[in-house]
Amino acid sequence: MIALTPDEWTAIGLSLRVAAVATLASLIPGLFVAMLLARGRFHGRALLDGLVHLPLILPPVVTGYLLLLSFGRRGTFGAALAEVGIVFSFRWTGAALACAIMGFPLMVRAMRLSIEAVDRRLEQAAATLGARPSAVFLTVTLPLAMPGILAGAVLAFAKAMGEFGATITFVSNIPGETQTLPSAIYSLTQVPGGEAGALRLTLISVALSMTALLVSELLARRLARRLGTG
Amino acid sequence: MSTTLDIDVLLNRGAFSLEVAFAAGPGLTALFGRSGSGKTTVIDLIAGLARPDRGRIAVTGETLLDTERGIAVPVHRRRIGVVFQQARLMPHLSVRRNLGYGRAFARGRSDGIAFEGVVDLLGLGHLLERRPAGLSGGEAQRVAIGRALLSRPRLLLMDEPLAALDEGRKAEILPYIERLRDEAGLPIVYVSHAVSEVARLARTVVVLEAGRVAAVGAADTVLRQADLLATQEAEAGAILDMIVEETDSETGLTRLSGRVGRLWVPRLLRSIGTAVRIRVPARDVLLATQAPVGLSARNILEGHVVSIHAFGEAAAMVQIDCHGVLLAARLTRASVRDLALAPGRAVYAVVKSIAFDPQGVGTAGPAPVEI
Repeated sequence: MIALTPDEWTAIGLSLRVAAVATLASLIPGLFVAMLLARGRFHGRALLDGLVHLPLILPPVVTGYLLLLSFGRRGTFGAALAEVGIVFSFRWTGAALACAIMGFPLMVRAMRLSIEAVDRRLEQAAATLGARPSAVFLTVTLPLAMPGILAGAVLAFAKAMGEFGATITFVSNIPGETQTLPSAIYSLTQVPGGEAGALRLTLISVALSMTALLVSELLARRLARRLGTG
Repeated sequence: MSTTLDIDVLLNRGAFSLEVAFAAGPGLTALFGRSGSGKTTVIDLIAGLARPDRGRIAVTGETLLDTERGIAVPVHRRRIGVVFQQARLMPHLSVRRNLGYGRAFARGRSDGIAFEGVVDLLGLGHLLERRPAGLSGGEAQRVAIGRALLSRPRLLLMDEPLAALDEGRKAEILPYIERLRDEAGLPIVYVSHAVSEVARLARTVVVLEAGRVAAVGAADTVLRQADLLATQEAEAGAILDMIVEETDSETGLTRLSGRVGRLWVPRLLRSIGTAVRIRVPARDVLLATQAPVGLSARNILEGHVVSIHAFGEAAAMVQIDCHGVLLAARLTRASVRDLALAPGRAVYAVVKSIAFDPQGVGTAGPAPVEI
C-alpha cells in the first residue's frame, strides 16, 4: 500500500515545496515582528499583535477569501503585482502565501517568547563591552533565542503541511499546481474508491508531521547543550 | 591629582531621588553606602545604562553626558568597563570567546593590556576552553573582570563584584583586584557596602546616603569619621594607625602602640617603628565597667562612652573615646541597660580581634585575627 500513484507523489512533493518556501520566506519578517512585539515601545503595538494573531482565530476560509480579494488577479495588490509578473492566484506560490499567513502567528509567538526570555542584563553587558545594538542582536539575542526561533519555524512548517481551508479558498485544488497533501486527501474522499489513496496519504501526513516534531526536539536539545542551559 | 571621573547628576524615580556630585582621581575610588543608597544607580549612569534627568558626566576629560548641551554618548561608545554583581558571562560562548568578546569591538585601539597578560593576571589559563555554566562563582567573576579589561576601557566600574560570593571566594578575588589597581594602572570605581573591602582597596572613598553624597575624601580620613561608624552598623569598625613597638620571641606576639594605647597581635614580621594600620570590628569589642580580671583576651583599652545608637531589633552601637581615638562596640540593648552605659561613663574595651595589614596606608587586613 506504500506504492503511491504519480499524482500522490506530486501532491507530497508540492506540499513539501510549499511548506518549505512558506517557512523560509516567513523567517525574517517573523523575526522582525517578534522583535517588535517583544521589545518595541510604540503606539499600535496591541493592534499589530492582534493583526498577527488574526489568522489563528478567523475561519481559514475567511482568510483565504481575504487573500483572494487582495492578491487575486483583480485584487487590491494582485493587479499591481501581476504587472511586474508576480502572480499568486491559482499558482503554487499562492498556496505558499496562504500557508505563510496561516503559520505566521505560531512562528511569531514562539520567537517572541524566546526573545522575551533572553536576559537583558547580558545585552547590557555586551553594550558596555562595545557592541553596537545590531552587534548585540546578532551575537547575544539571536543565538540565545535560537531554540525558540527554531521551534517557531518547525511549527510554521507543520502548520503549512496541514493547511487546507485558506489554501483551497485562495488557489483552489489544481493537481500539480495547488493540490497539496490535505487537498489531495480531500479530493480522494470525494470520489468513489478513493479511500485507499486517502488512507495512504493520511499515513504519509502523520509520518511527516511526526518527523518534523522529532527533528525540532533533537535540534532544540542540541542547542540547549550548546548554550550551556541543558 | 588629575581627574578621571567628574559627575554631577540629578535623577528622580518616584520616591527615590538621587543628587550626586563628586570627582575621582586615578587609583581605586570606592562608592560606599548601604543598599538603597543609590550606588548601583550611579554606576548605571556612568556606564550609560540609565539616564539622569539632568547632569554632566565626564571621564578622562571627555564629556559622556551633558543634558544641557544635548550630549549623550551611547553605552557602546563610552569605553567604560563594567563588572557586575553577577558575572553576566555569555552562556553560549567559551571562556576564551567571552574574554575576546569586548576585544573584538576594541580593535584599532592598540593601547591597553594584552590577552596573555590578562589571562596571567587573573589566573585564567586553565579555564579558557570551559563554558561559563561550568565555572564557580569566583572563577566566573574573574572571567568577567578579564573580559572588561580586554575591552580596553578608560575606566573600570565594579558593582559589588564580591557580593554574590562566599568568604572563601572573596579572599580568592581580592588579591586580583589589588593587582589590577597596582599593576594595570586603570582607574577603578568600586561599589561596596563592606567596610573591610573598602578599607583594603580604596584610595578615595565617596559615601552615599539616600541618594546624596554624605562624605568624600581620602580613605583613611573618611573611614575614620565617627558618624560613618554610626551609619554602617553591621560592618562598623574603627581604623587605627599604630607603630610596631616590639616582638616578644617567647610568646610570639608583637606589641603595637598608638594613641589608643597598646595592643598585642600575632607576630608581625616588621621592623620596630614601622607604621601599620589596623581595623577593629565593632562586633569584636566587648565593654566592661570595671577592669576585667581573669579574661583570656589581653587587649584591654581604657576610655569613656561618647554616644549610644540603637539599631536593628535589639542591638546598639556604642562609641568609646580612648585617649582621643574613637572605637565602636556592638552590644545588645539589654547589655547597655544592665551596665547602665551612658555618655561620659568610664569603660574598659576588650578587643577580641584585629584586622591588620602590614602594608599600612590604603589597605587593611584580609580577615580579622583572633587575639
